[in-house]
Amino acid sequence: MRLTRVFRRRHWDEERARELDAYVAEETADNIARGMTPADARAAAHRKLGNATRIREEIYDMNSLGFLETLWHDLRYGARVLRRNPTFALVTVLTLALGTGANTAIFELIEAVNLRALPVAQPEQLVELKILNAKHGRTGSFQGSRPSFSNVVWERIRGEQQVFSSVLAWTTTTWDLAPAGESRPVQGLLVSGAYFATLGVPARIGRVFTAADDRPGCGTPGAVISDAFWHREYGGDPSAIGRAIVLDGHAVDIIGVTPSSFFGTEVGRSFDVAMPICSETVMNPARHRLTRPDYWFLGVFGRLKPGISGEQAAAQMRAISAGIFRDTTPPNYAPDTAKDYQTFEIGTLPAANGYSSLRTNYADSLTVLLVLTALVLLIACANLANLMLARATAREREIAVRLAIGASRLRILRQMVSESLLIAGLGAGAGLLIAQWFSRALVAFLNSDSTRVFVDVSLNGRVFAFTAAVAAAAALAFGLVPAIRATRTAPNTTIKASSRSVTDSRFGLRRVLVVAQVALSLTMVVGALLFVRSLWKLTHVDPGFRTDGVVVVSVDYRKAGMAEAARAGFERQIIDRLRALPGVAGAAHVDGAPLAGNFWNQHIVVGSVEQQGNVNFNAVTPGYFDVMRAPLVAGRDFDDHDTPGAPLVAVVSETFARQYFPRGAVGQTFQIVQDPGVSRPPIRVVGVVKDTKYTDLREPFTPVVFMDAAQQTEFRGASDFVVRATTALPPVTAAATRALLDLNGAIVVQYQTMDSVVAATLVRDRLMATLSGFFGALAVLIAAIGLYGVMAYTVVRRRVEIGIRMALGADRRSVVAMVAREALLLLVAGATAGLAAAIPGAKMASTLLYGLQPSDVPTLTASVALLALITMAASCIPAWRATRVAPTVALREE
Amino acid sequence: MLQGTLDVLVLKTLALGPAHGHTIAHAIEHRSEDVLQVEHGSLYPALHRLEDRGWIASFWGTSENNRRARYYRLTPKGRRQLETQTTRWDELVRAVNRILRPASE
Repeated sequence: MRLTRVFRRRHWDEERARELDAYVAEETADNIARGMTPADARAAAHRKLGNATRIREEIYDMNSLGFLETLWHDLRYGARVLRRNPTFALVTVLTLALGTGANTAIFELIEAVNLRALPVAQPEQLVELKILNAKHGRTGSFQGSRPSFSNVVWERIRGEQQVFSSVLAWTTTTWDLAPAGESRPVQGLLVSGAYFATLGVPARIGRVFTAADDRPGCGTPGAVISDAFWHREYGGDPSAIGRAIVLDGHAVDIIGVTPSSFFGTEVGRSFDVAMPICSETVMNPARHRLTRPDYWFLGVFGRLKPGISGEQAAAQMRAISAGIFRDTTPPNYAPDTAKDYQTFEIGTLPAANGYSSLRTNYADSLTVLLVLTALVLLIACANLANLMLARATAREREIAVRLAIGASRLRILRQMVSESLLIAGLGAGAGLLIAQWFSRALVAFLNSDSTRVFVDVSLNGRVFAFTAAVAAAAALAFGLVPAIRATRTAPNTTIKASSRSVTDSRFGLRRVLVVAQVALSLTMVVGALLFVRSLWKLTHVDPGFRTDGVVVVSVDYRKAGMAEAARAGFERQIIDRLRALPGVAGAAHVDGAPLAGNFWNQHIVVGSVEQQGNVNFNAVTPGYFDVMRAPLVAGRDFDDHDTPGAPLVAVVSETFARQYFPRGAVGQTFQIVQDPGVSRPPIRVVGVVKDTKYTDLREPFTPVVFMDAAQQTEFRGASDFVVRATTALPPVTAAATRALLDLNGAIVVQYQTMDSVVAATLVRDRLMATLSGFFGALAVLIAAIGLYGVMAYTVVRRRVEIGIRMALGADRRSVVAMVAREALLLLVAGATAGLAAAIPGAKMASTLLYGLQPSDVPTLTASVALLALITMAASCIPAWRATRVAPTVALREE
Repeated sequence: MLQGTLDVLVLKTLALGPAHGHTIAHAIEHRSEDVLQVEHGSLYPALHRLEDRGWIASFWGTSENNRRARYYRLTPKGRRQLETQTTRWDELVRAVNRILRPASE
């Protein structure tokens, strides 16, 4: 009944009006009957009734829903006000759109990477297993994105665990679709049979693997492909099921497609093709990892049985650990290593959000970015608050009139805050759109040639709630204080006053806001400069070699049917072919291109003393140092005399030479520490080469040993070469592909420039420099606008004063000085507060910096100088205006 | 007039038969021998409230002076309400009296 009345209020109101009229008519008639004149009778009747309009209002209000309706009215009123001030509307909404958009985009990334659960059935039941007590690290070969366990240990866990309803193992790998020629890599996933069943992920079409698919000697029982790959390669055609896909030259039947939301167990990476772990023997026959306890390559998850707690699961894992590691100790381990291995315990980690290396690598960066975007929004809010204050001054008479005719302060406050909410709402709406584009651009930024990052940044409830909260907080931040200030005026003063504002106390607040803006933007400029300079330093680090013109050529000849004995000869042929190409100045084999993420380290023995610490190794062929432009400082390069049968030789880095042979390294010998029973032939140093970076630009030069690749005997089936090109790259790589295919029709080749290899190691630094630079510039721009506004207002406010001064003989210079003093005051106050905030702020981000202290003096000086410049620029026009004040005009205004 | 007593007075007046607003206002004044002065305007929000609660119902009728007027009558729910409120009033009066004139009993 109540609700129908809300919608029929107008009808009810008319009804009441008629009823009240009826009362007046009755009462008038009674009064006339008592002997009054008709006019008096009517007047007396109205007096008796009281204020009819108020009665109707009272009844009308009873039929309303109070708060909601007032809000609706206020919003409609606000919309009308905004429509009448399109510039104001555009500026405020756009500012907020940028502010909330940036915040939302960063939050979307954080949400997707850190907060969101895996898109699988009941993710909260998932637990990850991992060795958590390996104090001295683990020994062996590590492959895949989560090398927690060897296959041997995984099979024992699967067999002995009783706390999980099901367990899964997986590893990442790459396979090649290309039959020959340029490589077409696919992101591969090797999974245990129960992988999909454990996760509760069904096939979208076809079927997923079952435990029966993953058994020793399975061959290649089939491939499950991802929805994205299915669409990319097969156009989403269901007949793809049953067709064969050729991976590394092996035809495998496609048996199913996974749902579109499923990307695997690692957040930040997606897969194209999944195969059972047992396929390893077919796909990787030369070095298959199924029986090697020192090949760490599997990540393991379990789904807790109903009623089993995380602690119970951890306890059982601890209990079975001793037996598992005792029985699987790698026979080739040294006694100490073996003893260490047997103390390993399997621990548990919550895994509802999956595993993510992205999360580990970018946690700090994303937090810093969220802080930066929050600062941008704060600075923007300060500007908007200033704008609202200015508008409140303009609307002061309107407000005073409304207060005077009986509006309550709370009512006007509510109306003004609703207006701010409307602006914030519109801004946040536009911000959400900007964020969709921006967050995708961010993900694209994280991609490099060698790492494909997949993050599903989509709008969801959590993101929406975040944006709404940010918008509401912003609305309160920029709307509430100006509104409180505006309603504090005494109506009579304002109405009596002329057109000039009388509420100068507000001006103090405006200055406080500008000081805050200067302080916050100084903080941001300091941050931006630190990140930019850190990146600059990194890109100007001398890696010890010249990257320009160098291409890393990866040749995969596993399908070429190469006998091991023929390998060295074949590689030499490849080098010869590459060297013969037009536009190529040199070519050499390298085991692992520097900075590409490969590493090989050993302990060495010098003068029969085993040395502390690891020494980095690499293997190259003659000409490598020349291709890389890493000059030899003593001795010689490898040559054709260094054959497999000849004594082992090495070229060592300057740091190695200094550390182990301070009195001249050439001619000295050392040994590699080998497992017991394996011979340790002496290695003679034949040359010393300038220091080069090994895996990371950030690390100092480390001791590096280059062995002659011709003397290395391990078979790999794939090789990397470095080529120095003297002309444009595309024709060189095209010619190289033709030449290599001519040599052997079954090889697959892939190219990457050394520059992009280096760039890939700096993705995070580039991201931080770019974004903090962008946000810093935005902050400075917004603050400059705020400064300009306040300075301009100062001049307008002091017009009369300036006029009087000029009339009394002050020259232009002293007027400018007066304005400049004002600006300087704001700058000094802002810079002091800013520096006080910037230094501890920068400390928080210090792990992300290279070669800089958080309180780097040049950076701080430059930041303050930049802000001083901005302050000067922002007060230039107001100062110039001040000198143009005509004393007569200003005085007449008074 | 005491807060909330207007409602019960309106209900009591309507217990004698349907009436319109003007009549109700004057009836309350007359029957209290002009001690209770109702501000006639305030009667209407009260009528609206009582109707909202379903204690009285309204219809358009013709007044004794042959004018269209909105009449109110007591509903069964309103009659029960009148009884409870009358009882409560009696209790209140007795309680207040016990405090004001303790010796007289």
